[in-house]
Amino acid sequence: MTYRAQVLVGSAGEKAPAVEQALLGKIKELHLDQEIQVLEASTLGHPEQPVEIAVYPDGVHYVNVTPADAEVIVTEHLYKGRPVEPLRYREPQVEPLPAPSTKEVRVVLRNVGKIDPENIDDYIAEDGYQALAKVLTEMKPEEVIAEMKASGLRGRGGAGFPTWLKWQFARNSPGDEKYVVCNGDEGDPGAFMNRRVLEGDPHAVIEGMIIAAYVIGAHQGYFYVRAEYPIAIRTLRVAIKQAREYGLLGKDIFGSGFDFDLEVRMGAGAFVCGEETALMRSIEGERGMPTTRPPFPAVSGLWGKPTNINNVETYANVPQIIMRGGQWFASMGTEKSKGTKTFAIAGKVKRTGLIEVPLGITVREVVYDVGGGILDDKKFKAVQTGGPMGGCIPEQFLDLPVDYETLASVGSIMGSGGFVVMDEDTCMVDIARFFMEFVQDESCGKCTPCRVGTRRMLEILTDITEGRGQPGDIERLEKLGEYIKKGSLCGLGQGAPNPVLSTIKFFREEYEAHINDKKCPAKVCRALIEYTIEAEECIGCTRCARNCPVDAITGKAREPHVIDPTVCIRCGICQQVCPVGAVHVE
Amino acid sequence: MNEESIKQIAEVVARYGANQESLVEILSDLNAQFGYLTQETIVEVARRLNLPQSHVFSVATFYSMLNVGPTGKHVIKMCEDAPCHLRGGQEVWQALQDALGIKFGETTPDGQWTLQATSCLGLCAVGPVVVVDDEVIGHVTAERIPEILARYRDEPSGGAA
Repeated sequence: MTYRAQVLVGSAGEKAPAVEQALLGKIKELHLDQEIQVLEASTLGHPEQPVEIAVYPDGVHYVNVTPADAEVIVTEHLYKGRPVEPLRYREPQVEPLPAPSTKEVRVVLRNVGKIDPENIDDYIAEDGYQALAKVLTEMKPEEVIAEMKASGLRGRGGAGFPTWLKWQFARNSPGDEKYVVCNGDEGDPGAFMNRRVLEGDPHAVIEGMIIAAYVIGAHQGYFYVRAEYPIAIRTLRVAIKQAREYGLLGKDIFGSGFDFDLEVRMGAGAFVCGEETALMRSIEGERGMPTTRPPFPAVSGLWGKPTNINNVETYANVPQIIMRGGQWFASMGTEKSKGTKTFAIAGKVKRTGLIEVPLGITVREVVYDVGGGILDDKKFKAVQTGGPMGGCIPEQFLDLPVDYETLASVGSIMGSGGFVVMDEDTCMVDIARFFMEFVQDESCGKCTPCRVGTRRMLEILTDITEGRGQPGDIERLEKLGEYIKKGSLCGLGQGAPNPVLSTIKFFREEYEAHINDKKCPAKVCRALIEYTIEAEECIGCTRCARNCPVDAITGKAREPHVIDPTVCIRCGICQQVCPVGAVHVE
Repeated sequence: MNEESIKQIAEVVARYGANQESLVEILSDLNAQFGYLTQETIVEVARRLNLPQSHVFSVATFYSMLNVGPTGKHVIKMCEDAPCHLRGGQEVWQALQDALGIKFGETTPDGQWTLQATSCLGLCAVGPVVVVDDEVIGHVTAERIPEILARYRDEPSGGAA
């Protein structure tokens, strides 16, 4: 049932139960009990002025309320629509904080930071579990699939497969034992969207999963969450326990005859487990190594049974699509990429953190309007999207829309939503080497092209950044990259060369400078830079010489100093301590 | 293997259930209790779950958070992935190695410290991030390393300061 208004009653103060009773009594007397819901809350911000009441959606906050006041509030505010001014709480006048970026639209994150994730009543007060009630009591599985199809929601784990189609495959797979799995193994460096959703609004994900289970006919589900997220795991376990206590999990949910229960499974530090087949092997208690697809999980997944596996964010979208309709969701985004997407902005921007924007927003809007621009107002160089298997998008594509197809067309991917911004001081070869080090380390070792190929690529990249680059290295990297992409089983291997290939494509001259001129244009690669002291600028204060850890600097007081490049370890301390900026890097 | 350890293993297995699907969690739990998984632990878990010892060992060595060798009294984990790297993670990484005289993946000879590389902790907004034992420390710089290490070094039984 949807209520016209909700009244929250703070539990502080001994009169709280009496106030609540007075509210309920008067509401009943005026026959408002079908329209107005009274909910208990712990505190509404001012427990020192009990009893507190808040009326939503008006957002009117009353303090020092007595049972008699409560009756007046019902009659005046809730019945006649006139807030009771003398009882209202007035905020002390303070300078307002800058409003959050207006480019953001919060669907998945709507409750995050607003509700207490460990109190299921908070979620229910925000219309929580109403979508589930609607699905279980009013909708057939086919109708849910139709609504999902209308919404255009695509997998938020990164691949962008239409969610409704995945559900339909799993539904149509023969078998009476089926599973739903939630992929919470968010391992991409720089991506923490799922962590925040699980920590801030776990019930939205649970509700989405129960709906998916109803559609495909599953009675058991698993959350797979990486062990690096201990708070998310704890919050989820609390949420599942509360949902069970309320009968939202377990037998005969909402009296519909539908049974479903959930368990949390924890990872143990293996990036490849974010790949769906590897993830399911890990749940089964095996080494988390990917297996060949087909068969897809919808046909043969967990323990060989039909399984629907979606990302945290995908499930979190489901309840609102059911409540507000597929058309509403499809009204946001682009033609092929509907709805909103969360991104984690990290790297060299002023405002790092989590954002949610409609798909189709431009890279420039994300970096400058939402992210606040580049740190220290430096020059934008590139943004790495899609994590370690994504690519770098250079400046000329700043005005491209962010959607699945466009990002793929410039050699990157949407991925799970990492958005790592790089400025002019970032060396693209160093970054490429860096991502290669990551995938090389995380390769599970099953496919030779991935296991050995990434190692070879890393060796070449290390040589280039340490001044041992050879002519032909770039071509060797490109060739190896193509082999690895073609010869690997899962997304990790198939995407592993992307950061290298995309930086070669857009920043080839940086590679060439490293190899041919033995120079690092961004002045990052230590073997390729040299610190020098400009004799005319040096005041001979001796500070650099005294601070040099290897005694590479010589010179008398009040005379120009000199750095011996054969001794210098390029630690940069001299540059930091020089009072006149006479130390330069070349 | 002493009786106390066998009892602990029995309790953990009972808590998660003696079946293969609980294996990763059983090993994680024991790893947290014992610091690392000894050969005896692996053999005992295999026996109780009725699994080949080779299987339990293969799982224990696959996941980076499970240790099959001893770790120090304090375990320092650091993620040096791109977002932290861009914000000075490399200097922090180097400062940790220099301060303790060991490389990542190693333990100091006195058994006090272990340096472990971890995958992204999802705390990139406050990077670089270092985790000492289970405490998360954000916005770390190379200059803060001595002060951070001192906090743990001064604990009782940590030796003379």
